[in-house]
Amino acid sequence: MKSVALAVSLLFAASASAQETFKLGIVSFLSGPAAESFGVPAVNGAKVVLDAFNKGQAPAPYNKAGFGGMRVEPVFVDENGGATKQVQELRNLYDREKVDAVLGYVGSGDCLAVAPAAEEMKKFLILYDCGTPRIFEDGQYKYVFRTASHAVMDNVALARYLKARGIKFSTVNYINQDYAWGHDSRSDFKAATSQLFPGVKHQADLLPKFGAGQYGTEISALLSQPADLTHSSLWGGDLQAFILQAGPRDLFKKTQVVLSAADHVLPGLGERMPDGVILGARGAYGLMSPKTPLNDWWWKLYSDAYKVYPVQAPYRMVQSLLGLKLAVEKAMAANGGKKPTGEQIAAALKGSEWESPAGRIRMALGDGHQAIQDTAIGRTKYDPAKKMVTLVDIQRFNAECVNPPAGVKGEDWIKGGFKGAKCD
Amino acid sequence: MNTAITILADGVAYASWLFIVALGLTLVFGVLKILNVAHGSFYAVGAYAAATFVAWFAAWGFAPWLSLVALLLGSVAVAALLAPLTERGLLRVFYGRDEVLLVLVTYALFLVLEDVMKLVWGVNPYFVTAPYALFGNVQIGGQSYVGYDLALVVVAIVCGLGVWWGLNRTRTGKVVLAVIHSAEIAASMGVNVGRVYTFAFMFGIFLAALGGALTAPMISVQPGVGVAVVIVSFAVVIIGGLGSIEGAAIGALIVGLARSLAVHTWPPAELFSIYVAMAVVLIFRPEGLFQRVKTRRI
Amino acid sequence: MRRAAALGLMVLAALLAGGLLAPKWLLFLIAMSAANGLVSLGIVLMMRGGVVSFGQGLVFAGGGYAAALLSNKLGVSDALLLAGAGGAAAVLLAAPFAPLLARYRGIFFAMLTLALSMVLYGVLMKSEGLGGSDGFNMRRPTLLGFSPSDAWSGYALYALVVTIAVALAVAARVYFDSARGLVALAIRENELRVEYLGASVRRVMALDFVFAAFLGGVGGALAVMALGHIEPQFSYWTTSGEFVFVSILAGHHSVAAVFAASLVLELVRSFSSAYFPNTWQLALGLFLLIVIRFLPQGLGSLFAKLASRAP
Repeated sequence: MKSVALAVSLLFAASASAQETFKLGIVSFLSGPAAESFGVPAVNGAKVVLDAFNKGQAPAPYNKAGFGGMRVEPVFVDENGGATKQVQELRNLYDREKVDAVLGYVGSGDCLAVAPAAEEMKKFLILYDCGTPRIFEDGQYKYVFRTASHAVMDNVALARYLKARGIKFSTVNYINQDYAWGHDSRSDFKAATSQLFPGVKHQADLLPKFGAGQYGTEISALLSQPADLTHSSLWGGDLQAFILQAGPRDLFKKTQVVLSAADHVLPGLGERMPDGVILGARGAYGLMSPKTPLNDWWWKLYSDAYKVYPVQAPYRMVQSLLGLKLAVEKAMAANGGKKPTGEQIAAALKGSEWESPAGRIRMALGDGHQAIQDTAIGRTKYDPAKKMVTLVDIQRFNAECVNPPAGVKGEDWIKGGFKGAKCD
Repeated sequence: MNTAITILADGVAYASWLFIVALGLTLVFGVLKILNVAHGSFYAVGAYAAATFVAWFAAWGFAPWLSLVALLLGSVAVAALLAPLTERGLLRVFYGRDEVLLVLVTYALFLVLEDVMKLVWGVNPYFVTAPYALFGNVQIGGQSYVGYDLALVVVAIVCGLGVWWGLNRTRTGKVVLAVIHSAEIAASMGVNVGRVYTFAFMFGIFLAALGGALTAPMISVQPGVGVAVVIVSFAVVIIGGLGSIEGAAIGALIVGLARSLAVHTWPPAELFSIYVAMAVVLIFRPEGLFQRVKTRRI
Repeated sequence: MRRAAALGLMVLAALLAGGLLAPKWLLFLIAMSAANGLVSLGIVLMMRGGVVSFGQGLVFAGGGYAAALLSNKLGVSDALLLAGAGGAAAVLLAAPFAPLLARYRGIFFAMLTLALSMVLYGVLMKSEGLGGSDGFNMRRPTLLGFSPSDAWSGYALYALVVTIAVALAVAARVYFDSARGLVALAIRENELRVEYLGASVRRVMALDFVFAAFLGGVGGALAVMALGHIEPQFSYWTTSGEFVFVSILAGHHSVAAVFAASLVLELVRSFSSAYFPNTWQLALGLFLLIVIRFLPQGLGSLFAKLASRAP
């Protein structure tokens, strides 16, 4: 009798744990130039966080195992290969792999291509990293969300930092990569500084090819018409090459360099990173992240696994996963504990808010589909005792100060003098 | 006046880098008639190998200036290991087939090498900055240049002269020239054409790897460094004429100076300058600026 | 001619019927490979004359951007009209270069076409009005006045692409077997003799370039309609390189082989991505090498051998 009871209970236990899994497609750069700076760290972050979720080891309110008890099974896809390939891969993820949701995309071109595809397929999609504001400014979506601020925030915060710190300058040089990200970053910073520092002269506007790697000529051009400030949105290998080539030529001594998204090169460059460079991390990430128990947990989780502290890419991934987890659990609470459909998750995520290691994320723009968050800007200083680059003079900016209000396009908001901004 | 000097200095510095990188490509085409799309990948492998060798030398406590030797050794290692494998194991199979087919083979090789590099060296960046600081700074036209960049000009001249002298003044070189002009006739005169091919390919790969190794100190070596190099080397050798050393030098100078001029005077032109130059040369002098007289076969 | 048309109709019927049963991702994959196949068909057309174009991206992008702009700016929404417009725009773009390119052979033809496609790439990257490097999205097209519901839009697009592809494939086959088409093969063998025999080599090559441009443009327009998005990458040399690979894989004997090859490449790429997310480039590269090694005359030679074995 006892053995029968045991067998029956085992059967029940087995069926309870052989419950549904939540299949999550995660798309980011696993090869190519963006792999090292953004893709692989984000994927690493996803792996370690999902593992913690499945074991129920995340701190409250994220402490349910998996997503509401369902084990999360990630499917990783490489974002390298162009937007055409990504649309195909997206369809494969939904139709062939039968994932329940897709979370991904660093490249703005890829985001712009996959968002309408997901919407047409009526499948749930979260964009976690790409910067272009155009997604929700030029279109309306029911199934597509972005769980991080877009790129307007980066350069507005940079300009506000200069104002707040009383840094005086009358001329600005620009060096950005020659593609949409570089163009938009330059335009945003130009417009923002024109608003906050009227009379500023914008000089050189250099746009080297993406991936050029050789900046000798550009550095000469910057040095031959020196400006008080030099702005750049360069990232990854290009930024590292630029710093290695410009450093010995004293560019960093002759001009104040401001970088909009550079935190990810700090661990690798170490001593080679000049001091006094003002930079942003596209959010309160890495060395500028707030001191909270959630952040401490996340920092330890990532650092223990990968022997390096998390920079922007894994932060953006983890805040996205946390938001998704809560949305799925909220939807399950509403539908009686079943695996939610895309519509149900969308309804739960829309307009929601949650705590992340970088602060509070609020889905406040794009009719509840586009997030805003706080950010921070700091200045580099090498610490010989710790043998790493640290950030000093860190200043935080709350979300409403550096993000446009609902219904206003970023570009128009800047040119209109930041109407509606709430800075403290 | 200073601007003119700066434009010239920048143009020559960039041209030297281009020349070192493109020389191998033009050699390989000249001898084997293969337009090697994987040239960029060998460049990248050279950069990674340089990183590894410099790290070893530093770990063994060698003097900093020996890091230059490490760079050289890295390139030699790449050529010695990869070139015979590629030429005999892969390319030889496709000799005699359509030129464009071989381009596709090298494109496939490029894809393979991208992932092989990732598997061997991972995705994290490597920094090889020790050699970069060896030559201090040099003042030219009111600007401070890194001595290493100017040393590359010397290296470019040495390479160019070396290859020219090797081809025109040594016996082996003349045999190679014979193969360039007509492999068939050379073979019928008793030349071991297969061995010449292997040797030429190895030397071409060595030069590609050397380009990568010499560039490594000024960049962060990571996946994707080889991709941009491919199109820029193509443009240089097309403009100068496929298979011509002098052509590669002139092509590099034209591209370098055009780019320098564009960046200093009208930056938006920079993206186009290289493709337009390539198209213009192809339209008006398709064999490049240094045309080799070819007999027409009926 | 009748045989080609009959064969074409049979294939079309089979594809349309099969499409009703196939999963959605497969329909999309086949539609994309059919659109890409058209571009490669253009390359094969030129290959018959002995030249390989490494710059079909030029007409692919040209046709695609034309269709997308017509749809977005001028409100043209009929798919057939857009496909035709794509082809026409590509012809207009390529025609000025045709007489020039007709004089080039071998690696120089390849390099000049590559340079031209890269110049267009540069222009598109710089055009902020066209979305720059991000490109822009295109609305879903209508078909002869009908706007298919969401459930049927995937199949409708698939049916459209497949029908146009088969129609153009049949036309290509007819052209290949026609007198002018066969002259191209003769040119491939020995140009000088063809000139002496009275045919104008330049005229044939220039015309073939224009026809190939039309095919590429239609392919581009169909691709844009399937994807809903266009970007400058359409004109990049690696995109052109993939079309060339498909043409080499197919060989220049059989039209059907071109589409089969295009489908094979899409499938390999798709499954490499799924099973080797970290090393899909390696898998794809190895696949390319194996194919080039063991199918010297392309897939088409397999077809031709099978056909010639019939009594």
